[in-house]
Amino acid sequence: MFALWPCPLPGGGVAEENARIFDAGRQSRLLFIPPLFDEHNKLRHQLVEVMQRLDASGVDCFLPDLPGCNESTACLTNHTLDSWRTAVQAAVEHFRISHVLAVRGGGLLVPAGLPGWLYGPVAGKQLLRSMLRARTIASREAGHEENIETLTDMAHADGITLAGWPIGAQMFVQLEEANKPAPDQLSLIEQSELGGGALWLRAEPDFDTDQADALAATLAMGLGDAERAQ
Amino acid sequence: MTEQSAPPTNTGPENNALRSRVSIDRDLRSILCDVLGLDPDEVEIFDSDTGLFGHLPELDSMAVAGLLTEMEDRLDIIIEDDDVDGEMLETYGGLLAFAEAKVAES
Repeated sequence: MFALWPCPLPGGGVAEENARIFDAGRQSRLLFIPPLFDEHNKLRHQLVEVMQRLDASGVDCFLPDLPGCNESTACLTNHTLDSWRTAVQAAVEHFRISHVLAVRGGGLLVPAGLPGWLYGPVAGKQLLRSMLRARTIASREAGHEENIETLTDMAHADGITLAGWPIGAQMFVQLEEANKPAPDQLSLIEQSELGGGALWLRAEPDFDTDQADALAATLAMGLGDAERAQ
Repeated sequence: MTEQSAPPTNTGPENNALRSRVSIDRDLRSILCDVLGLDPDEVEIFDSDTGLFGHLPELDSMAVAGLLTEMEDRLDIIIEDDDVDGEMLETYGGLLAFAEAKVAES
């Protein structure tokens, strides 16, 4: 089912955002911090597959929309990694989260102090590089040349639309500076542990039941250990 | 009983180059499997003339960008803006030749 949660706005105030949830008031409450931009679309089906499996294993799961992404009506241009971090923290408090699973660029938004997992973490600069490159390839196909250096200058001054995402100048700079997150208090899940190719590489959104089984099993075992330790 | 000949030892520079080409080809096919969501045996039959960008509708600019970024990661190469042109992306042979040249200069 879906639920609304109160998400702080960058300039003050609060807006309601959507979340896909499986909530039966259980002890383990796992927040899925979604991948960013196009990778969210590519992985969303897969993440819901994993949530369904965890629900069957007795784990509550929450997948919030980041403001400006998925069903959100917020203006993405006004948002930055910092405002998304504030949003994730608000979701943690609203849904009384016990653990997090940060997927790909979601690893750049991990709140302090919660245990959990990083799945396929990536640096902000690498996400930007792919999106900038996509724009130069599309431009070339359309018959006009653009290069990454010029686009980067443009993005620093006025923000830029990449792969259909209107990214503000401040968001662009924060992505450039966001290093690949270190595991720290989180456990790292590499793609090679799940078998099969990374679904964020797929040209079209897809899902893989074997990979969903493997990821859900890893998470359920970790959460079961945590419950028994309490 | 005839004496068995010893297996060939691939230690010369030519064989190293050959191994390197084989491994680049294997890595490139593996990346294409991931991007196109195909089974390895489907990508195994790609030849030099198999069309890529402009021939496969699912291989749009975003997918090609992801493909190039993954090539950088797995082949340990840097692909510059100016390197990317229609010729290298058009066929599997073009992409493989580009990857081999990049690995050789890295």
